[in-house]
Amino acid sequence: MSTNAATEWPLWEVFVRSKQGLEHRHCGSLHASDASHAMQMARDVYTRRQEGVSLWVVASAQIHASEPHDKAALFEPASDKIFRHPSFYEIPDDVGHM
Amino acid sequence: MLAPQLPLVLHLADNALVLGQRNAEWCGHAPVLEEDIALANHSLDLIGQARLLYQHAAQLMGEGHTEDSLAYLRDAPAFRNFTLLELPHHGPLAANSESDRDFATTLVRNFLYSAWALGMWTRLTQGNDPQLAAIAAKAIKETRYHWQHASDWVVRLGDGTSESQRRAQAAVNHLMPYTQEFWAPLAHEQAALHIGVSLQETQFLSEWNLLIAAVLEQANLTRPSDGGFLSSGNHGIHSEHMTYLLSEMQSLARAHPHAVW
Repeated sequence: MSTNAATEWPLWEVFVRSKQGLEHRHCGSLHASDASHAMQMARDVYTRRQEGVSLWVVASAQIHASEPHDKAALFEPASDKIFRHPSFYEIPDDVGHM
Repeated sequence: MLAPQLPLVLHLADNALVLGQRNAEWCGHAPVLEEDIALANHSLDLIGQARLLYQHAAQLMGEGHTEDSLAYLRDAPAFRNFTLLELPHHGPLAANSESDRDFATTLVRNFLYSAWALGMWTRLTQGNDPQLAAIAAKAIKETRYHWQHASDWVVRLGDGTSESQRRAQAAVNHLMPYTQEFWAPLAHEQAALHIGVSLQETQFLSEWNLLIAAVLEQANLTRPSDGGFLSSGNHGIHSEHMTYLLSEMQSLARAHPHAVW
């Protein structure tokens, strides 16, 4: 019972939607004993300055992350393919903000 | 003539300030960082409520009273908060030094008080003192969250380990008798009637009982039977802890009257 995993609350990632219509954004993490507890703590830790209108919490253990040593294989091949950026296209005025 | 609702406004302000000051004692000492921030948030909610209420009271009183003079320059007998709110964060046997601050005591107190405050603010939003009704409308949102936070913790502690259960039950046994003061001849019933608010003891009490009972049952905690000592902070007769709390809170304002920053 002396390992951290047994005595520490699990880690949760917190996502905040700053206003209606915008996406939830990752803003940090916290320790909590379960999802509803994490939600309460997220409210107290991450929305004290009117940062949000909606909260998500996700157990960090549920997130599968890419490995740092895969970085070159995963991301570098995109670096010389500038034609994939939409800046080569003209956006009609009436489309508005994209 | 003094405004008839003044004693009620001061009572509510003193409740909020004293509990806010008490809970702020956890700042930097809570069991986990997240709870540290949560308790400090709640303190700031309460102190914010106290400020609005003192400003209102000072306006009703006139004669140069200000929110600061009411908070910082009155002595213990002038304070009208419930005794429950001035008690330290531990049980009656402080000398065993089991713990300087007991988290269960703090949360059980917040649980008992926020359930009462919910009923009080709900009623005051209906009153015909528009300023007090507006303060109540703001405070009830904060209080709903305090209630949610505290009752959630009461269930976690009561239904947790044998140690957390023992501490939560001890806190309930210690604090519950002080809640009798909530209902002891409602000192402010007349004041409330003047602004069109009925505090109807039986209705208010039965709502409170229902809220408390539902959480205690879920938490595997037992409510001790009523009776015994009836505290009287609401009449200005406080426990021995009140003057220590005030002397810490008021020391700066007393040492440097009229200081500004």
